[in-house]
Amino acid sequence: MNEPASKGSVTLVHLYPREMSIYGDLGNTRCLATRLRRHGYTPNVVEHHPGGDLPAQVHLVVGGGGQDSGQARVEADLARIGAQLVHAAADGVPMLMICGMYQLFGNAFITADGTRLPGLGILDVTTQGNPTRMIGPVVLDTAYGPVVGYENHSGATTLGPGQEPFGRVLAGHGNNGGDGTEGARTGNVIGSYLHGPILPANPSLADALIAYAVERATGRAFEPEPLDDSLADEARGRQVRRLTSTRPGR
Amino acid sequence: MLRTTAAVIAGKTARLAARVKGGGGSAFPGLVAERIDPRFLEHALATVRDGIVVVSGTNGKTTTTKMLVAILRAHGRRVLTNPTGSNFTRGVISSMLKDLPLSGKATADLAVLELDEAHALKFAEVVTPTHALLLNVARDQLDRFAEIDHTADLLARLAAQVSAGVVLNLDDPFIARAQARLRPGVRTRWFGVDSSIAHRLPEVLEQDVRFAEDWQPPIPGSDDGLLAPLDERSFTILRGGEAGGEAGGEAGGEATAYIGPVTLTQRGLAAMINATAATTMARELLGPAFDPATTVRALQAVSPPFGRGEVIDIDGRPVELVLVKNPAGFTVALGTYGSTPVATMIAINDNDADGRDVSWLYDVSFASLRERGVAMTSGVRAYDMALRLDYDDVAVAAVEPELILALDAFLAAHPDEPARIFCTYTAMMALRRTLAERHDLPEFGEEGAA
Ligand SMILES: [Zn+2]
Repeated sequence: MNEPASKGSVTLVHLYPREMSIYGDLGNTRCLATRLRRHGYTPNVVEHHPGGDLPAQVHLVVGGGGQDSGQARVEADLARIGAQLVHAAADGVPMLMICGMYQLFGNAFITADGTRLPGLGILDVTTQGNPTRMIGPVVLDTAYGPVVGYENHSGATTLGPGQEPFGRVLAGHGNNGGDGTEGARTGNVIGSYLHGPILPANPSLADALIAYAVERATGRAFEPEPLDDSLADEARGRQVRRLTSTRPGR
Repeated sequence: MLRTTAAVIAGKTARLAARVKGGGGSAFPGLVAERIDPRFLEHALATVRDGIVVVSGTNGKTTTTKMLVAILRAHGRRVLTNPTGSNFTRGVISSMLKDLPLSGKATADLAVLELDEAHALKFAEVVTPTHALLLNVARDQLDRFAEIDHTADLLARLAAQVSAGVVLNLDDPFIARAQARLRPGVRTRWFGVDSSIAHRLPEVLEQDVRFAEDWQPPIPGSDDGLLAPLDERSFTILRGGEAGGEAGGEAGGEATAYIGPVTLTQRGLAAMINATAATTMARELLGPAFDPATTVRALQAVSPPFGRGEVIDIDGRPVELVLVKNPAGFTVALGTYGSTPVATMIAINDNDADGRDVSWLYDVSFASLRERGVAMTSGVRAYDMALRLDYDDVAVAAVEPELILALDAFLAAHPDEPARIFCTYTAMMALRRTLAERHDLPEFGEEGAA
């Protein structure tokens, strides 16, 4: 069987895969690349390392969580390429930022001793350093349907007035363990604490990001192929049932 | 003294009671003894003259401990150890109680204790280790330890407690950098891999991004051990030249083989690295008494510990149980077995003891399973595992979350061929228990007690 002609090439930038990709966030990049291919497009995955240059054409950007040391390593580079990212975000480039990169996409991170570390300000959120970690499985209600994942963060994040969350918490802690919000969404930019990684088990979210990216890359609407997502649906459905049942226990 | 004797008696009694109830690896007897005599461990180890050795790190503690004990015993040393992953001071006491005289003073020459990072440090607060063998730092149960930087710091603090000598992993910057924290006068020996296989290190090691400058490993010297594999389970150990030993210093003289060839019963790079680590520590402990031929014989006789490639005979057909608990471990396991594909099942639970976050499965490449496919995924996260495999284009024939149903269906579907089951900790316990009942296997907790 001949390979059908590609419907177009999509450039996906993974920010700091070395420093900011613990907890399996690499899986988001793998998921997007594989789904692009299965939908008939050609993924062009670019790893962005500190000191490197962003490609001229960027259609999709992902970033993950790291440790404090990893975060410290990328801050200078993020200041360097920050203006490009801010511009691309305003221009509608879809972006998915998890955990540490979500925090860095916010206005600021306030450390436990009160020091204010400024972020890119793409999302109107502020994170406060916090001695207690919020750890555990999560179920959200989002615009993309129910979303499952796993959170592991010590920062407590507050949304600015008018900032839309990514989802409402059905199980887990979310942004701060208090207001029932999780993550943030502005235009096509999504920030979230959910590892898991978030995309493989939530393909409707993955395809939404892909649809925005494909439109930018090809100038045409996304033309999806029918993919069999029954394994993802079963994996997600089981977590939703397990974590939102009223039965006490876990 | 009386207090210690009372503690020994109470502990031994508790141990017998626990065994009657079938609790093999229980820490309860140790708890009883420690309640009566809080300084029990300190007293018990006071007569152990030739070394108190802590083996720690994320992956390979059990195998390495077993190998080191085997080498030392083959050299005629009496060695006290804690088998079956009894990983805290109480577990250590529990495992000692069987052989402890009523005086509470151990009669061993050396103690070799496997302890996880946090418990190793707690142990060192009670008893100063003379030696530490530090293996590696990898992502493991991040939901509990949260940060590998933190794990690395625990091990560096352990190294700072040691009174005589450490053996450190040359190739793992998290471990190697601990050398800076040693007390003055404490000796360092290094173990690592020979340059011929250095290209395989990225698959087993984490990136250390704590420092801006790249890690410059020290040049191995003649006291250090370097692994040079010959095939999947045979290798030699080289030692560096006389001029080595300094980070960034002049290249040492030519490395020469001094151990081997050795053929292990356990396959793979990880087991060979563990053997290299154990051998290097044995040289440090035995000094001039160290004998290469005795060491080779001892290593070759070591059977894989429970769940680390243990092969169970089921009606004449081998079924291999392989414990997987973090990306580095799973990657190494796949590399170890990839060249001999067999019927494969993968069982993933997410209970506390497994680590509740399964994100790490996405840091493992399953491409080596593509050709043969996976016959069954099981466990609480059976569908997540199948989904993970789908993203690596690995075909999955069946998904059954219920472990025993999955085991039966898997074995029935592949009746006359070898089988392999990769499983997380609690999945392994459940499968092993069922297989033990059916096939009369030694109980978990009994193995390694000799
Ligand atoms: Zn996180």
